[in-house]
Amino acid sequence: MQALQSLADNYNYFITIFLMVSGLYIVIARGNMIKKLIGLAMFQSSVYLLYLSPGKIVGGTAPVLDPAFTVYSNPLPHVLMLTAIVVGVATLALGLALTVRIYEAYGTVNEDQIFARDNKK
Amino acid sequence: MSVLAAAATAPSFAFVIGDHLPILQVIVPLLGAVLCALTRRGSFAFAIAALVSWSLLGVAIMLLWQVLGAAAPITYYIGGWAPPWGIEYRVDALNAFILVLVAGVGAITIPFAYRTVGKEIDEDKQSWFYALFLLCLSGLMGMAVTGDAFNIFVFMEVSSLSAYALIAMGSDRRALLAAYQYLIMGTIGATFYVIGIGLLYVVTGTLNLADLATRIGPAFGTAPQPILAALAFIVVGISLKLALFPLHLWLPNAYAFAPTFVTTFLAATATKVAVYILLRLYFTVFGGAISLSDLPIAEVLLMLSIAAMFIASILAVYEDSVERMLAYSSVAQIGCITLGMAIATRAGLTGSIVHLLNHAVMKATLFMAIGAVVYRVGTSCMSELAGIGRKMPLTMGLFVVAGLSIIGVPGTAGFISKWQLGIGAVDAGLWPLVFVLVGSSLIAVIYIGKVVEVAYFREPGDNLADARDPPASMLIPMALLGAATIYFGLDTTWSAQIADTAAQILIGGLK
Amino acid sequence: MKLDVILRVTTKFMLPFIVLFALYVHFHGDYGPGGGFQAGVISAAAFILYALVFGIEATQRVVPQRLLEVLMPLGVLIYAAAGLPAMVLGKTFLDYSVLAHDVKHAHEWGIFIVESGVLITVASTMLAIFYAFVERGR
Repeated sequence: MQALQSLADNYNYFITIFLMVSGLYIVIARGNMIKKLIGLAMFQSSVYLLYLSPGKIVGGTAPVLDPAFTVYSNPLPHVLMLTAIVVGVATLALGLALTVRIYEAYGTVNEDQIFARDNKK
Repeated sequence: MSVLAAAATAPSFAFVIGDHLPILQVIVPLLGAVLCALTRRGSFAFAIAALVSWSLLGVAIMLLWQVLGAAAPITYYIGGWAPPWGIEYRVDALNAFILVLVAGVGAITIPFAYRTVGKEIDEDKQSWFYALFLLCLSGLMGMAVTGDAFNIFVFMEVSSLSAYALIAMGSDRRALLAAYQYLIMGTIGATFYVIGIGLLYVVTGTLNLADLATRIGPAFGTAPQPILAALAFIVVGISLKLALFPLHLWLPNAYAFAPTFVTTFLAATATKVAVYILLRLYFTVFGGAISLSDLPIAEVLLMLSIAAMFIASILAVYEDSVERMLAYSSVAQIGCITLGMAIATRAGLTGSIVHLLNHAVMKATLFMAIGAVVYRVGTSCMSELAGIGRKMPLTMGLFVVAGLSIIGVPGTAGFISKWQLGIGAVDAGLWPLVFVLVGSSLIAVIYIGKVVEVAYFREPGDNLADARDPPASMLIPMALLGAATIYFGLDTTWSAQIADTAAQILIGGLK
Repeated sequence: MKLDVILRVTTKFMLPFIVLFALYVHFHGDYGPGGGFQAGVISAAAFILYALVFGIEATQRVVPQRLLEVLMPLGVLIYAAAGLPAMVLGKTFLDYSVLAHDVKHAHEWGIFIVESGVLITVASTMLAIFYAFVERGR
């Protein structure tokens, strides 16, 4: 019962951990380069959640000073994650661009087949 | 009266370059990258890149000079926001040394780029190439200069993303695969790092490195688990970036298939800056707050370093491609650097830090020499380089000088760092490590010796009929760094003494 | 495509509103959700929609590749240029308070200039990525 309660109270962290581990698993276990990048994107999005969920205060508003409010959420994690999202998008775009070029050069996006084609030469 | 008052409040021109040295380390190459991207001519972009690299070295040396003369670290508040709210650039002897190292390698090797880039990169992509190079330089300088944990991540990604793109510009199709693998591994490493920083931010509420160092201690009393998890994430993440064995798998292919100038530059700088980040976070941030000797990190690091020094060296012996051989040798040399970190005495750390410089100098020479061979012959496979020493005497002569330094022959830079590491090991009561150092040097004798045997003791084949020493723009940077290899082996005023000051800062902050 | 009247007319009708919304997000960015990055993506979406309906050649007549290659670095240049006046006037890099006599206004201006740089770079980069992917395999 207590375990269930702690699961319910900290559900955001469990989602974070699930995304983190499954993303990393996909990156390691899949041979398909596109799938690897999807895993990488999942792994990175777990970080966004890791930063954002402690920054949110339940009942707090955006930190624009106003006499009507006294409780504000921490804006800094949002700023940091905005940067991290941009970095993540750039990484994903570069990864996909490389995958397109690899497909043109090798005719496949499967790592095992690519290694086989390189070794045959 | 009113005119006078207006004159008094109006902003006056008060630009003093000495006040802005920390930020100039980043924005000089950044603006240079933008200008390169705006030009359409490769040679024009090269001129900008060269000017920027040279002036950056001047700025970095000025900063080192300022730091060595100052009693406290030099700080710079971005946008006028004071830490811990704003981003602070904080420079002491350690990062000033790294900044001069990175800027120096960039400035000396840039003339080498002109011919090799002209040959390896299409004309319409050359200006982008130089823009990416300057962006990478800017990211590396930023990582070294900043005092903010998240800012390190941003600069890490600036340098890494441009490095992936630079590697992918290699002419072989395997360059694409190498860049892709580096991208996956590098991003995992950076994400691990940012997870660690996030955990630290949750428990301490700050991202400023100096502030973190004071706040982790009290937080460790109430909540040790997140801090230990953060330490683990950060160490593993940066170890991926610095290619600590067994996380080095991205490195050999990336170095072997990248354009030769990129290999030279990255081999000499990228992993070195990552080592600096590890030193800074491990000693200044964590070491200042919690007692590191209670944790098994040093032992793990020690084992991995020894494994790197032997296994990577042995792998280097079996490589046919000289570029891949040198890449494995880099992994082994990084093992030497982390070895000093694991010893964690002042002499050991001095050895580590001075080896950052010495290894950068000698590895850049080696990669440039072999890059010149590739420029003339078109391959770096040992089987096709028989007798190259007679055809390209100066190039291979410099290769041998730097190779002797990798082995650690007295009178070369490599000897100084190995000597320092040995002293550190004996000081710490770990005298068997001296045999480890000597053993790894003996393996280096084999792989450098293999190249020397092929280059000098065989008759040149027909494929080397046109081979001769490269033009001066490639030879001079090589000769400069080759001379530096000897110089730093004889006079340690500018290498080991500054490294000693830096090591003192790291050790002095330890709890 | 020529026959698809509904698609062509609605697209032409929507384009100004998409750009207007992008500008709203941009100008609103300093005191509400939004900013240069989002505005850049939205305005790039307008051009991408135009390209999807009217074809890539028509879009490249409006925004040629050469123009994009100038705009991408230009945005970064604007960003950096917003930080430089402070250095010349004795403050630190990116200190906006020198941009106007009143500090609050100066900061508003500083953020606006920086976000404009972001808008230009993001919009042109998004479009450049789109061009690059469309032109592959043609």
